[in-house]
Amino acid sequence: MRLLNRSAGRLSRHRRSPLAGLLVILAGLLLTGGIFTAVANTTAQADQTASNEELVAKGRALFLVSCSFCHGQNGEGVSTENGNQLGPSLVGVGAAAADFQLSTGRMPMAQPGAQVPSKPEAFDDDEIAALSAYVASLGPGPAIPDESDYSIEGLSDEERQAAIARGGQIFLTNCTACHNFQGSGGAMPRGGYAPALHETSAKNIYQALLTGPQNMPNFTNGNLSPEEKRDVIAYLYSLRDMPEYGGFGLGGLGPVPEGMAAWLFGIGLCVGAAVWIAAHTTRSNKKKVDAA
Amino acid sequence: MDTSKVASSNTTTAATASKPKRIGAVATWADERLGLAGLAKKNLRKVFPDHWSFMLGEIALWSFVVLLLTGVFLTLWFTPSMGEVQYNGTYEQLRGVHMSEAFASTLRISFDVRGGLLMRQMHHWAAMLFVASMMIHLLRVFFTGAHRKPRELNWVIGCLLLILGTLEGFTGYSLPDDLLSGTGVRAADGFIKATPVVGTYMSFFLFGGEFPGESIIPRLYVVHVLLLPGLLLALIAAHMLLLVYHKHTQWPGPGRTEKNVVGYPMLPVYAAKAGGFFFIVFGVTALLASLLSINAVWKLGPYDPSKVTAGSQPDWYMGWPDGALRIMPGIESEFWGITISWNVMLPILVLPMLMFVILLLLPFLEAWITGDKREHHLLQRPRNAPTRTALMVALMTMYGLFWAAGGNDILAIKLHASINEITYFLRGAVFVGPILAFIITRRWCISLQRKDNETLLHGYETGIIMRSAEGGYSERHLPLPDSKAYTLTARDRDPVVDGFEVDAADANGLPAPGEGRIAALRHRLRTLWYTDNVQKPSQAELEEGHHHSEHEHELQEPLDGRAADGHQFDGHHLVDDESLRH
Repeated sequence: MRLLNRSAGRLSRHRRSPLAGLLVILAGLLLTGGIFTAVANTTAQADQTASNEELVAKGRALFLVSCSFCHGQNGEGVSTENGNQLGPSLVGVGAAAADFQLSTGRMPMAQPGAQVPSKPEAFDDDEIAALSAYVASLGPGPAIPDESDYSIEGLSDEERQAAIARGGQIFLTNCTACHNFQGSGGAMPRGGYAPALHETSAKNIYQALLTGPQNMPNFTNGNLSPEEKRDVIAYLYSLRDMPEYGGFGLGGLGPVPEGMAAWLFGIGLCVGAAVWIAAHTTRSNKKKVDAA
Repeated sequence: MDTSKVASSNTTTAATASKPKRIGAVATWADERLGLAGLAKKNLRKVFPDHWSFMLGEIALWSFVVLLLTGVFLTLWFTPSMGEVQYNGTYEQLRGVHMSEAFASTLRISFDVRGGLLMRQMHHWAAMLFVASMMIHLLRVFFTGAHRKPRELNWVIGCLLLILGTLEGFTGYSLPDDLLSGTGVRAADGFIKATPVVGTYMSFFLFGGEFPGESIIPRLYVVHVLLLPGLLLALIAAHMLLLVYHKHTQWPGPGRTEKNVVGYPMLPVYAAKAGGFFFIVFGVTALLASLLSINAVWKLGPYDPSKVTAGSQPDWYMGWPDGALRIMPGIESEFWGITISWNVMLPILVLPMLMFVILLLLPFLEAWITGDKREHHLLQRPRNAPTRTALMVALMTMYGLFWAAGGNDILAIKLHASINEITYFLRGAVFVGPILAFIITRRWCISLQRKDNETLLHGYETGIIMRSAEGGYSERHLPLPDSKAYTLTARDRDPVVDGFEVDAADANGLPAPGEGRIAALRHRLRTLWYTDNVQKPSQAELEEGHHHSEHEHELQEPLDGRAADGHQFDGHHLVDDESLRH
């Protein structure tokens, strides 16, 4: 008790200090804030559910206007009379698929064709979130990946370097056959193509691996673990950061542009030089002959 | 010859031996031991004619020199071994990856050897230029008729150089053991195996067992740095010795005949021009190598049979057989348990061989068809041999279409087209395109011949429009200067192809030698070869033309001197004394 008294007394000595009022106010704020968060947590969760429902409702409204013509009013897909699909069923494709298609501008589709091209997106981020939430509500499917899924920020330098090297080998084994060794893209049958990956965002690459859009195979977590997906993305990003060691890369398409450059620039310059050499011949006098 | 004993005077004063100069002393020393003076005296003043197209072969020669120089640099660090190592060099993205020593040393040259990447890229660009310049040189020779007697064998040597250069390129492309080169070697293995019956044996022999084995890189290395460069050097030497022996061809013109060469001597003019051209070719190669990335092996990674990349193409000179392979429909048949893969064998083994044999035989085929056994040192303009020109353009068209087929995937993504439809189109185009090109080129040449005759007979167009008193307009034509008219007419008239009877017999009732079915074919080909060609005007026609134009001049005389000013500078006459007339 004496101990308490003594320390209270010591504290009390500072009660008229200029900082005392400030400290008391801070302590009061911390206390009330702490109690409020502890109590209000449950209500916030309830809010989130409510807002998710709102989001789904908003998404459904957008969906009915922009997507239902091909995908059906409940996302069940529309089949034509001869059995072709106008739009596939979206049940179970997950928010990741919807977010990928919408945020790369592939959906809504401008016209049917060999492949849906990427274009400027038609919806803003909130609308994409709402539409994705609605598609996710149709059935269980992969969720939109979190940044922590595809970022190597948390790793040490050595781990990062190892992840990039591992990702490079995974990329060269699984992806280059279609996307080219540098991610410059390649041709697929009947007008299809594997798009270039030079500007695709990490999130979109992760989603594409997860959901396998269009011609692309689906790399489930079973055959390419989340870490391996992350490593592939890390490798692709390391290529972007890497300087072009050999000079201008000619589009990273392999020997075809190299051959063109050899003929157009190499042979062009050499033949031009030959013409120049043949056109300029000896003068017996060092002075230029005056034309006049 | 000892010049120190030559008299310094031929006048009345006594001759004194001049003091030998230092260079003369050195030259004498060397000549006494090597006997080069006679050779040098003859050849240092050897005359070469001046034309830009005569320097195309030089591009090949100088890029070969660049290849030798950079190649020697690369051999200092390259390890031709397929032994497996773990990479621990500078390039981070591959650190820790297992690869062959060949690939690891290529990475080392690229990232750790000072100037190594530049040398690698110069070597590769020079290789591309080497084969390309051989091809444009070949085209120039053929289009101008420089392959005719006595130069047929030099044509054959040139063709061998072309195919050896291509093989040299392919072996070099395969050495770094990156993903592309490994894919190329894998494809070559498939081509070899497509040879009926002996294919697998040949493949096992080449690879020292099952593909890929451990021997292919060391073997290709020996071929690339020893065997093929040796052959190339020997053939280049033979090619150039024959060039010196035959003397260079020249364009026809005043003072130029089949028996002389008009131009500049080797020393000092051509030594300077050719020597300077070496530095230009070297400079172009260095420029390309320092600005443009070629074969970025670090991005491709080491070869691994389980990997392949989109855009796997060979270097451009192997692109056309690859294209033929890409558009070939998949046909194969089986006889007594042996599978014949026509889809691989025809486009890769048969077609290139066939094209090469045709190329080798072109001068002999032409000589056989035309029956021309004379020596030719004056060149022909392409238009004056319409069938020959059209034949080569047809071959070029075919080459170009196969080439396009070799890049069908790149065409598809860059043109947003369907790779299937490009393939279907090219399947037809490689047959139809050359025929169309042949017809168009031939008619084009004949039209140009007509244009030449028109100019010879009626003069060139001055661009001066005259108005007659009646108000009619006409363009004034002026006769060509004599030297130009000479140049245009300095060509042979095509032989007249007489009627031919298969059963023609001599007085004894025996068929004349060489007359039979083959002779009939030859006769038909010869007729086709010359059909519709336009001959140069005869003396009488020329005189008639001149007479006509003189008459025209008389009619226009009152208007003379009233031409729009400036037309005197029409490029057809010397204008030293001309000035604007005002």
